[in-house]
Amino acid sequence: MSKKSFAEYVANTQVWKSIFRHGPPDNARNRAAVVAGNVFLHLHPIKLKKSGVQLGYTWCMGGLTFFIFLALTITGVLLMFYYRPTAEYAFTDIIALREHVPLGIMRELHRWGAHAMVITVWIHMFRVFMTGSYKPPREFNWGVGVILLTLTLLLSFTGYLLPWDQLAIWAITVGSNMAKATPLLGHGGPGAALAKIGDFVMVSDKNDVRFQLLGGRFVGEAALLRFYILHCVFIPIVVAVLIAVHFWRVRKDGGISAPL
Amino acid sequence: MKELINFLSIPQYAFTSLLILFFIGIKKIDFVGSKKFGKILFWGTIIFFLWAMTDSVFFATISWPDNIPIGILIAIVLWSTWFSIHKAVENDARIAKGEPPIEGTPENREKVWTWPNLVYTELFAIIACTIFLVVWAILFKAPLEEPANPTWAPNPAKAPWYFLGLQEMLVYFDPWLAGVVLPGMIIVGLCAIPYIDINPLGNGYYTFKQRKFAITTFLFGWLVLWIFLIIVGTFLRGPNWTFYGPFEFWDHHKVVAENNINLSEIFWIKLLNVGLPQNIFLREILGILGTIGYFASVPLITKYWGKNYLKRMGNIRYYLMIGLMLVMMSLPIKMYLRWLINLKYIVFMPEFEFNI
Repeated sequence: MSKKSFAEYVANTQVWKSIFRHGPPDNARNRAAVVAGNVFLHLHPIKLKKSGVQLGYTWCMGGLTFFIFLALTITGVLLMFYYRPTAEYAFTDIIALREHVPLGIMRELHRWGAHAMVITVWIHMFRVFMTGSYKPPREFNWGVGVILLTLTLLLSFTGYLLPWDQLAIWAITVGSNMAKATPLLGHGGPGAALAKIGDFVMVSDKNDVRFQLLGGRFVGEAALLRFYILHCVFIPIVVAVLIAVHFWRVRKDGGISAPL
Repeated sequence: MKELINFLSIPQYAFTSLLILFFIGIKKIDFVGSKKFGKILFWGTIIFFLWAMTDSVFFATISWPDNIPIGILIAIVLWSTWFSIHKAVENDARIAKGEPPIEGTPENREKVWTWPNLVYTELFAIIACTIFLVVWAILFKAPLEEPANPTWAPNPAKAPWYFLGLQEMLVYFDPWLAGVVLPGMIIVGLCAIPYIDINPLGNGYYTFKQRKFAITTFLFGWLVLWIFLIIVGTFLRGPNWTFYGPFEFWDHHKVVAENNINLSEIFWIKLLNVGLPQNIFLREILGILGTIGYFASVPLITKYWGKNYLKRMGNIRYYLMIGLMLVMMSLPIKMYLRWLINLKYIVFMPEFEFNI
């Protein structure tokens, strides 16, 4: 059996045909079908302007941000198998991961991927600005993008605590101390001292925003659990929903921007 | 040479030279966007890096695993800025000749099939990105220091690198401004951009001349403020958040005289030679008036600069834009006040934790 006829044979089996309901994408009809009939590819339009596929125009940074997000989800889930978010185990689990998993690079991929995602999302925003792609009708989607950028930073920030080493807790201490200074809502911020009823202090270090964020007055075990859940569950879900909105609106607002 | 670079990296000199370079660059945008400048920038950076890597202090800072992304960021920022300006200058030349921008030529307006044109590009980008990440992950181990110890703080204690611009702002502003209000304003300001910028030109193609003001303002915030402060916060701040040049050893015993004083002290004690008044509002009157005056200067700005913008944009857009720009400019203003007259706070009311 020659190679070509074997490929033809496979493409004619009932199994293959049940998965791919069209022939090879070498003619107009099938090229449309392959994009429209595949749940992942149908994020794309079937045809698009030539300027929009050129790397010199798009830099592919938004797409890579999404790809890195997926890669981080996969490596993150793998890391969750090895990691317990308690003060007792968190650090030793990371050590065990490093010492006992031969050739393991999942933590490295996850950490460097997180840095890379921050960079790609910034450069994506930069490209969108420089091409004026936030202009009508894409104003709203730019706003969604800004929120996604903020959430990317928060994802990276919450993940920074999880190794539970000196680098982690002091970086988060520095960062979360800012919340202490929130006007009116933080006990060290302007206006908090005024929020008093008689001797009763309404905003103190036991109930202000930093306390809510850390689940305590300092970066301790409660903060570790909170950051773990924010990092692994809450923020990723919000991000996933907003990514769906972002992609949907890219299509509905006319696809990748081009001169009007 | 290294001493000279150390000296030039001191924030006040580095920031001033960056400001001057930035505005020269904006004036000579055609040269910045030329291939020649791109080559100079490319080889200049590479030669500088190779030369600087021979220095052990510089090498130790740059090769610390969590600092590597910032090295990559600097390279990408330099490249992406030059490349977008390059494309913009090319398009501006075309537009000046009466041609459409390169993205708008009939050939580029033609529609092509997503399969194979787009999906293959995406596939290659994904593969390249994967290879890059895997090689990075094999070459550099993720850092892990001693186990968390709440009783012993490392010096310096730094936030993750993407927040170091904010941490660097703490030198000039209190946390409620540097850590809460100003970041909030950055997010609000970014979201507001499409509603403020009603210039219909430059939608969907690179251009500079058609959007001079918008691009200059954005690049100023992005390069001169955000990226610059991250670089300073990462590479040039050592123990006690003291300044160290890129080739300077982090000597924990380096002492820097800090005699910053508040505006109220300058006014009442140094100028009038009387004690500070008991009433805190009287004590801080100059700073309060100054701050109010800063934001109340909008009519003056409008009169001498913004009349046409006001007419074109309408009230809400115009005043929102001026407000955001005044907030943005408050950072360099405060930086220069610190460097020129050692000013600590313009308004100092520790009674309410209200310090500006």
